[in-house]
Amino acid sequence: MSSYAGKILRVNLTDGSIRHEALPPGPAGEFLGGRGLGGKMLADEIPAGIDPLGEENKIFFVTGPLTGTSAPTGGRYMVVTKSPLNNTIASSNSGGFWGAELKSAGYDMLVVEGRAKAPVYMFIRDGEVEIRPAGRLWGMTSNEVTDALLEEAGDRKARVLNIGPAGESLSRIAAVMNDRWRAAGRSGVGAVMGSKNLKAIVVRGSGKAEAAVPERFREIVNRSLRKIKENGVTGQGLPAYGTAILVNIINEHGIYPTNNFQTGVFPQAEATSGETLAEKYLKKKDPCFRCPIACGRYCSVDGEEGGGPEYETVWAYGADCGISDLKAIIRANNVCNEMGLDTISAGATIAAAMELYQRGRIRPEELDGAPELTFGNAEAIVEWTRKMGRAEGLGAKMAQGAARLCEAYGLPELAMTVKKLELPAYDPRGVVGHGLQYATANRGGCHVRGYMISPEILGSPEKLDRFSLEGKAEWVKIFQDLTAVIDSLGMCLFTSFALGAQDYADLYNAASGESLSVEELLACGDRIFNNERLFNLTEGYTARDDTLPKRLLEDPMPAGPSKGHVHPLDKMLPKYYEIRGWTPEGIPTAEKRRALRL
Amino acid sequence: MEVTVKLFATLRNGRFKTETRCYGPGTTIRQVAGELKIPLEELSLTLLNGQTALPDQELSDGDTLSLFPPVGGG
Repeated sequence: MSSYAGKILRVNLTDGSIRHEALPPGPAGEFLGGRGLGGKMLADEIPAGIDPLGEENKIFFVTGPLTGTSAPTGGRYMVVTKSPLNNTIASSNSGGFWGAELKSAGYDMLVVEGRAKAPVYMFIRDGEVEIRPAGRLWGMTSNEVTDALLEEAGDRKARVLNIGPAGESLSRIAAVMNDRWRAAGRSGVGAVMGSKNLKAIVVRGSGKAEAAVPERFREIVNRSLRKIKENGVTGQGLPAYGTAILVNIINEHGIYPTNNFQTGVFPQAEATSGETLAEKYLKKKDPCFRCPIACGRYCSVDGEEGGGPEYETVWAYGADCGISDLKAIIRANNVCNEMGLDTISAGATIAAAMELYQRGRIRPEELDGAPELTFGNAEAIVEWTRKMGRAEGLGAKMAQGAARLCEAYGLPELAMTVKKLELPAYDPRGVVGHGLQYATANRGGCHVRGYMISPEILGSPEKLDRFSLEGKAEWVKIFQDLTAVIDSLGMCLFTSFALGAQDYADLYNAASGESLSVEELLACGDRIFNNERLFNLTEGYTARDDTLPKRLLEDPMPAGPSKGHVHPLDKMLPKYYEIRGWTPEGIPTAEKRRALRL
Repeated sequence: MEVTVKLFATLRNGRFKTETRCYGPGTTIRQVAGELKIPLEELSLTLLNGQTALPDQELSDGDTLSLFPPVGGG
């Protein structure tokens, strides 16, 4: 008995074949599961240079060995594919309940290949797997398709994963949605489902993931739960205020990107804060599978209800667009969920469009009568999100993301992106380790692949000087490696505010029956990270792409507590490459690859 | 001297969001926290004019002091 199901489900939509395969042996082939194992299989199975939206791309829905178990937050899964946004190895994480249900149905992973001739959806009930027509579902929003499929399944306990209209129209910032408003948001993974004519995957399972050493596992789960409850962040802050608790603290440090990163202080931040959200619009908490933290929000605005918004969403549609109207932000979040758009990329792309408009590149006549794209115009964020989701007019161009939009208008430097992925809600000019992490994250400008905000701003596990370069390369590496482990086990990254590497090793070993030391587990993280790096290098990425937008490297922060700073990336990268065991050109050395068995 | 004190998240419960308060010369952050009955161990982060500050730092006229309990997210 082990918490791995031991089985992979592989479906080819071109020929309709459905196959079962065995999981690789050992700690799932030394890549653990989730992001790690999915990434390894993707790298092995698809040829270099393929079109991410072509038939040859594959999409992996991967649970981890702790998904579906009683491990705290053990409900996460990963969507792994080649990204249509930037050709990197995409791995987008989501919570909710769908991932745990896939494990209950008896699978560690679902691999979807090929392309259906007409829209289809998949129905999985334990060993029963069907590909069914979905023509009547095409065009439906997340709530509509979820309602329709739950009714068709005749089982309200079934779980639905879907794309919205954005994924259907191949928006390169489209998300894969599950459980209505949970999102595998980043890297445009929703467009890959759209390109395969795959609208949804319904799952119902009757099994349960069992730990290999049940008593020991229970003991460690209880210990972990205690730590999570006793920790100020996971036991109090996140449950009470959600992730938007960060709005004020990030703004007070002067690193809250405002008006497309033109400055780092948003004077109206309080109006959009987690505190204000809790006071005015929070209806209830909305926890994921087996989550004792419950940071998820469920909000109501003038009778309109839905999940979220998260901190990143509040920022992308708020400060980044110069908007302090929290009602409009909540509505824009709901539109993203219905359309199946990544809220960070969608909000940040509207912010980029606003700067293009400010500079006269987007002309008023291109707006087709829709609200003006001016910073601070709350009407604009809701309507332009809808237009992006439906690929209408200028909205269709915006739905391809900030990098392509700014390029099309001749000002590529206005795209606040790394490797075409829109940056999240922390200006790295005032938090240097986090900037190094943006530049080196394998999927591009991402905050959750080595969350240096923890030590540099929040003081967890210890407080570092946010402007100092000292030791930052080492911190970034270890955070990236540990994150790769957590992402591969099937737990939520937020547990890391309370748990340490030993806790994850103990949980993993008792669940799987393996016996990895902390060092071996972190070596898996290093292996997972380097596998992704090698994939990207094969796709033509080089050290030149490990960079930040010019504005953040050259224009000093104009105001606030981070005033006068630029990001010192060139002083940090050589050390980081050295610590990673990479050449000065950012390529893993032969020795490093041997050590990692890559 | 006048100091703007800003409280966040759970520290607001039973207290306030932002107030401009009067203190005598040489008042430290520790003394302000004490006056507000905020145990130092509940303070995860203290910013004085946007920069990280220590409990024994003295305040000056016109300062902004921001006090946070443990917070996190992403």
